[in-house]
Amino acid sequence: MNQVTILAAAAGSSPSPLAPNPWEMGVVLISFAVLFYIVWKFVVPMFEKTFAERTEAIEGGIAKAEKAQAEATAALEEYKQQLVDARTEANRIREEARSEGAQILADLKEKAAAEAARITEQAHVQIEAERQAAVVSLRSEVGSLATTLASRIVGESLNDDARSARVVDRFLADLEGNAAQSAGASN
Amino acid sequence: MIALALPAQDGGGFTPPGIEDLHLPAILPWGAADGFSKQMLLVILSAVLLAAFFLAAARRGAMVPGKLQFVGEMAYGFVRNSIGKDIIGGRDFMKYVPLLFSLFFFILVNNIYGAIPLLQLPTFSHVGGAYVLAAIVYLTWIGIGVKKHGLRYFKLATVPSGVPWYILPIVVPIEIISNFLVRPVTHSLRLFATMLAGHLIVMLAGSGIEFLVTQENVLLKGASLLVLAGAIAMYMLEALIMVLQAYVFTLLTAIYIEGALHADAH
Repeated sequence: MNQVTILAAAAGSSPSPLAPNPWEMGVVLISFAVLFYIVWKFVVPMFEKTFAERTEAIEGGIAKAEKAQAEATAALEEYKQQLVDARTEANRIREEARSEGAQILADLKEKAAAEAARITEQAHVQIEAERQAAVVSLRSEVGSLATTLASRIVGESLNDDARSARVVDRFLADLEGNAAQSAGASN
Repeated sequence: MIALALPAQDGGGFTPPGIEDLHLPAILPWGAADGFSKQMLLVILSAVLLAAFFLAAARRGAMVPGKLQFVGEMAYGFVRNSIGKDIIGGRDFMKYVPLLFSLFFFILVNNIYGAIPLLQLPTFSHVGGAYVLAAIVYLTWIGIGVKKHGLRYFKLATVPSGVPWYILPIVVPIEIISNFLVRPVTHSLRLFATMLAGHLIVMLAGSGIEFLVTQENVLLKGASLLVLAGAIAMYMLEALIMVLQAYVFTLLTAIYIEGALHADAH
């Protein structure tokens, strides 16, 4: 009995489930059409625009970062290069200064040596000249002295020892006097 | 079936819900047909809700999306990429994304109605809506095929290449029937039948529980708990099928469009 009820309900007097209600079809069609229009005209373009902008922003950001990185690397290279250059330059200058200093020192030494040699030479020449003059004046003085002494000695009696001794003493005294006189005169 | 068979011994008379119970009385009756039904109200509501939600989600277009925009973009991206891009292919899928997107969410919301208490009426448990959508898709893919390949499209779609000539008399009619006659029917009935069956099962469980609880016999009252447990399991399964059918309908649409676009390569 119940089975019959079930069958009756399923197969029943109601219209076939495959028969559509045209009004419902119309409502679905219009609703879907409106929704589709809104999605097609507004929703999809807006989402796509956002996606495109986001992609661009991310890619632009990456490109910018890469550029900055490259610039930083280049700057670093440049600084390193400059540092190396500066070091080389400093070494060169130091080396130059050292060699220049050595050069100056050598020059000065040479000059000093030359000057010393010159002075020594001059001194030698002067000494020689003075010696020559001394020799000349001595020679003449000794000659005249000898002559004077001889004439004194000859002028007195040559055989009197006492006398000759007196002569010599007198001569020496004269000589001393002369020397004092000449010294006073020279003074 | 035990739950159904038991009442027979009492002679209480259990009348299971039928197709008629799917057709609720009209909210606003008018002369022709059944008047303005709950079904129609829900359909209109779905379009309004979807349009409002996605317009609100898409409008700001911020680089860093907020919650609403994020959810909208996830939903849009799912249809756009997993259905449109993956099936139709990289170059010309964008043209068909609006259709796929509208279809998926229109069907999804109208199915989910069946799982929401009080609303509890999947639109496509009435066959009309399913016919309409399947017809739109049918005309769309035939239109795409003709536009792309001209009238030669019908030859491409029905005469497979690489088949010996003596088999063609068998193959061509099969292809015509399967592609141009059966395809739209199965496309619409698949959606309709799953929704109808799911809704019937939930209704049946509901009325069964009601019937059992009102019985004198304590054991029968207790048996309602078993039915309740079964009903909850079926409800979960239904919810899954509602989402799945929306996906299947949209996926098939994408496959049909792809087939029409690349009819010469098949």
